[in-house]
Amino acid sequence: MASLKFNNVYIKDSFTVAGPLESEGQIGKFDIMMEDYYYKEKTFIDAEIRMQKVVIDNLLYRNKAAGTIDLLLGGDLSNQLTITNFSAKHFAIPFLGVYSACASFAESLIIASEFIESGNIKNAIAITSSHNLNAERQFRFPIEYGAPRAKTTTFTATGAVGTLLTQEKNKIKVESATLGNVLDYDQKDATHMGAVMTPAAVEVLMKHLEDLKRDVSYYDVILTGDLGKIGTKIFREFLNQNYGIKIKNHMDAGCEIFLPSQEVYSGSSGPVTLPLVLFNKVLKNTKFKKILFIATGSLHSKDTTNQKKSIPSIAHAVSLEVLS
Amino acid sequence: MDKEEYKKLVDKLTPKENKKKNALVAFLVGGLVGVLAEIVVVIFVHFFSVSRTDACLWTCLLVIFIASLFTALGFFDNWVTKAKAGLILPTTGFAHSVTSAALDYKRDGFITGIGANVFKLAGSVILYGIISAFFFAILGVIIYG
Repeated sequence: MASLKFNNVYIKDSFTVAGPLESEGQIGKFDIMMEDYYYKEKTFIDAEIRMQKVVIDNLLYRNKAAGTIDLLLGGDLSNQLTITNFSAKHFAIPFLGVYSACASFAESLIIASEFIESGNIKNAIAITSSHNLNAERQFRFPIEYGAPRAKTTTFTATGAVGTLLTQEKNKIKVESATLGNVLDYDQKDATHMGAVMTPAAVEVLMKHLEDLKRDVSYYDVILTGDLGKIGTKIFREFLNQNYGIKIKNHMDAGCEIFLPSQEVYSGSSGPVTLPLVLFNKVLKNTKFKKILFIATGSLHSKDTTNQKKSIPSIAHAVSLEVLS
Repeated sequence: MDKEEYKKLVDKLTPKENKKKNALVAFLVGGLVGVLAEIVVVIFVHFFSVSRTDACLWTCLLVIFIASLFTALGFFDNWVTKAKAGLILPTTGFAHSVTSAALDYKRDGFITGIGANVFKLAGSVILYGIISAFFFAILGVIIYG
């Protein structure tokens, strides 16, 4: 049962708060663009909580949905999911916190979809966020420390994205999803997450295509989460070498946010990367009707990296259809 | 594709770091820091009539102060990222690591924040510096008496 089909789950709305560098990047237009990393708060943790809260507030307000949401789900990168837990306390909505690193958004969306499909709930909000400086501090070095970076390093995107899922018919349908396994390909370099996550992305893609008896060309676009520039090359070469698939409709969200002049090494990462590109670029492009997105997560902590343990990874795939 | 094959694929597609360029940049920047410090030492000796030993000490303190100040002002991390070992190996690197950690943990309180984390990165330098100094001192006594 790795793949799930949905018949009555729709995306009604989404809302994005994007960080200052992201706002100057390739996409350039978001619902709210932050001027600085503090976002009117005293700490970066408070800033990220506020970002999530603003997203949920706006989703509720814009859709006049206050009081109608049955479930709030979400996750972020912080230890103990602090950010999402702290933002959820502002809302009287039943809450589930989920974690699969940068695949957290897909995980929330899949769980919400399954709840809605079952008929147990009608509306849900899935939320995720990341903040470059919170992630830096937790996974790497103190913020003001200028550590030399490898070319493979990705830059955690700053932003929060939420989406309102409903059983009412709407333009964007959540059509199916495939759950990935946790894989370990013996990669130990936490500065090379593209290499860590690629096998998971490939596996879930192949499983999805096999389960639903589809070909890669079925989709107008296959959007991977945050493999980055180097990870993208590895992903495409992996598919080519192992399955003889020369993928032409592939886009990696990690390569779509920042401009080359922004010095972000291999591209963008973080759980917000994929939804940022999905809702603000892919779904705004009318050419894309059948969309498969594969969110990838690198499941390490600073401790496991210091102890030289290999890094497990996960990926979940979700298929969306834009109805005309 | 098994793990070994995958490793080969990753190695093939991962760009190599340009070690020669990094070493050259480090040499030039680190050298420049040394030259500037030497100029300061000479100024101390000639214009403030301090002994060369004292002048070196004052210069070292000045370099630490400048690196810490630049870190606090928020642009030194970009310099270090570009110059790499050129700014990490001189005292500037030590000052930078201590100040950046202090800035980062000031919200976590004086004891549990700054106190506990200020030597997060520099702790290794202090510990192994002391240990190696101990053994080199013994060696020195054995060799030079």
